[in-house]
Amino acid sequence: MPEAIMNQETYRQSEFARASDPSVAAGSRPNAISDTLKADVRGLSFWYDQFQALKNIDLPIAEKKVTALIGASGCGKSTLLRCFNRMHDLYPGNRYDGEIVLLPENQNIVDKGIDPIRVRLKAGMVFQKPNPFPKSIFENVASGLRVRGIRDRAVIAGRVEEVLREAALWDEVKDRLDQSAYALSGGQQQRLCIARTLAPEPELILLDEPTSALDPIATAKIEELIEKLRDHYAIVIVTHSMQQAARISAYCAFMHLGQLVEFGTNETIFTSPKEKRTQDYITGRFG
Amino acid sequence: MLPAVAQESKFRPTETYLARRRIIARLMSFLLFMAAAASVLVTTGIVYVLVSESWNFFRQVSLLEFLTDTQWTPVFAEPRFGILPLLTATLWAAGIALLIGIPLGTALAIYLSEYAPSKVREIVKPLLELIEAVPTVVFGYFALLFLTPLFRMFIPGLTGFNLLVPGIVLGIMILPYVVSVSEDAMRAVPSSLREGAYALGMTRIQTSVRVIIPAAFSGITAAYVLGMSRAVGETMVLAIAAGQNPNLTGDPREGAATITAYIVQMAMGDLPQGSLAYESIFAVGLALFVLTLFFNLVGFFLRRRFREVY
Ligand SMILES: Nc1ncnc2c1ncn2[C@@H]1O[C@H](COP(=O)(O)OP(=O)(O)O)[C@@H](O)[C@H]1O
Ligand SMILES: [Mg+2]
Repeated sequence: MPEAIMNQETYRQSEFARASDPSVAAGSRPNAISDTLKADVRGLSFWYDQFQALKNIDLPIAEKKVTALIGASGCGKSTLLRCFNRMHDLYPGNRYDGEIVLLPENQNIVDKGIDPIRVRLKAGMVFQKPNPFPKSIFENVASGLRVRGIRDRAVIAGRVEEVLREAALWDEVKDRLDQSAYALSGGQQQRLCIARTLAPEPELILLDEPTSALDPIATAKIEELIEKLRDHYAIVIVTHSMQQAARISAYCAFMHLGQLVEFGTNETIFTSPKEKRTQDYITGRFG
Repeated sequence: MLPAVAQESKFRPTETYLARRRIIARLMSFLLFMAAAASVLVTTGIVYVLVSESWNFFRQVSLLEFLTDTQWTPVFAEPRFGILPLLTATLWAAGIALLIGIPLGTALAIYLSEYAPSKVREIVKPLLELIEAVPTVVFGYFALLFLTPLFRMFIPGLTGFNLLVPGIVLGIMILPYVVSVSEDAMRAVPSSLREGAYALGMTRIQTSVRVIIPAAFSGITAAYVLGMSRAVGETMVLAIAAGQNPNLTGDPREGAATITAYIVQMAMGDLPQGSLAYESIFAVGLALFVLTLFFNLVGFFLRRRFREVY
């Protein structure tokens, strides 16, 4: 059991410890962290029909920090990320076991009784390939607000401008907000998708290899953007780039074959990993 | 093992093979060109016949009279050739058909594409296609002998021959076209867009209306245009259930001959070739052609205007 950053004192003071079952908090929690928690994955397993893609994952997600999921292709990073917004519920035959507790609500969001749409209203997601809607730039960003019943034009216009500025896209698009989003470059489209995700103020932001379809310059812009956002949101990012994980994350989780091999602070994982498999992977001798 | 010199590789194609490949490529492009040319030729041939036969007609009846006269009485002693009665009947029937077929077809397409489990889809789609398999003459008599008497119990003023009932039946008949083409277009929308919509917290209906339909817009338009052309060109149901009497009317409860109904009626009689009534068949045929062409062009420009590249 990796317990690199287990610190019983700070852990007890954490919001998680206060919010949850004291017997769990008293000692046996793996992967505890000293930061306030936004979510806590506890004993999560996941099946695509008969195939078990996640095996008993324990993973804390810190508030206002970036948590990176790394590991070889096919190890289950996307599968895990897509549990946080119940994306798997869109397809038949998928099954969760265990918990993802969202805090401070202290609610298990993978519970069958919880409406996945309610979960997605709280957790926004950005995908590997930019996927703007076939609408104008403005309407793309506004869509998350509109589907939440917000009608006031001034409110919508104000928020659209605000998040386009946050996403460092405003200056590039302010004169053509009513043009199709498909007229933008791939990197701009991805920043648009990030703005679209930010607009309704999600509690949790999920990024699935958001830069893997982009060139280095566009990638650098997105990373810069994530660095700006990370002080305000809880972010979980899947990445295949070790440099990216090292640059932007506060915590890092290394996965292998559906299991969480090691979790720790950025520093621990990248300078003194406990597990040999982690070390092999981050130094490129693996996978 | 790497070859010592690249030229010696045994994987280099032989000259005879390359020559044969070149000949086959030329032959194929020639055959494909011929196929394309044949279809163009047939189309121009049809248009040529329509136009040249109508030419004789329009030398005797002015275009203005044809388009504005309110009477269509080609076999009277004093014949009148105003297409308006036939045209309004055609548009009434097609309009009613679209009023039924488009909302119902779109709703069904959304259901099949976005809601239905695959089992349900596999049952409903073939059932819908069965509608296409029913001979139109059966639909015609179904409208005339079953539905019209039934509707007459509820709708006062509905006559034995009328535009309303065959219009509704026509709406059902175009359903398979509207559904299958627009459902294909919706299902072709990349799942990344669908996932993007759900990830924003959209419900199914929000996803369908706000993302899937705009993304599938060009295919859906194609479906509507296809349904429209089919409704405008449909003959049997209208000839049977809407009557054969040219009647300029604003009331679909009355019967009225459509363009197509007039064409079959005349074509089945033995009109002397060269007579004005005979040539009027081609004139109204040309009008029908222009009408469908117009709707197809509208569809084409709509599609181009809203075409989306994912
Ligand atoms: N829809 C699916 N149905 C069945 N198996 C899947 C599906 N998606 C992914 N998998 C399998 O689950 C495992 C984890 O996949 P994924 O989470 O996409 O990996 P990663 O994102 O780490 O590359 C892989 O073995 C993959 O083949
Ligand atoms: Mg992945």
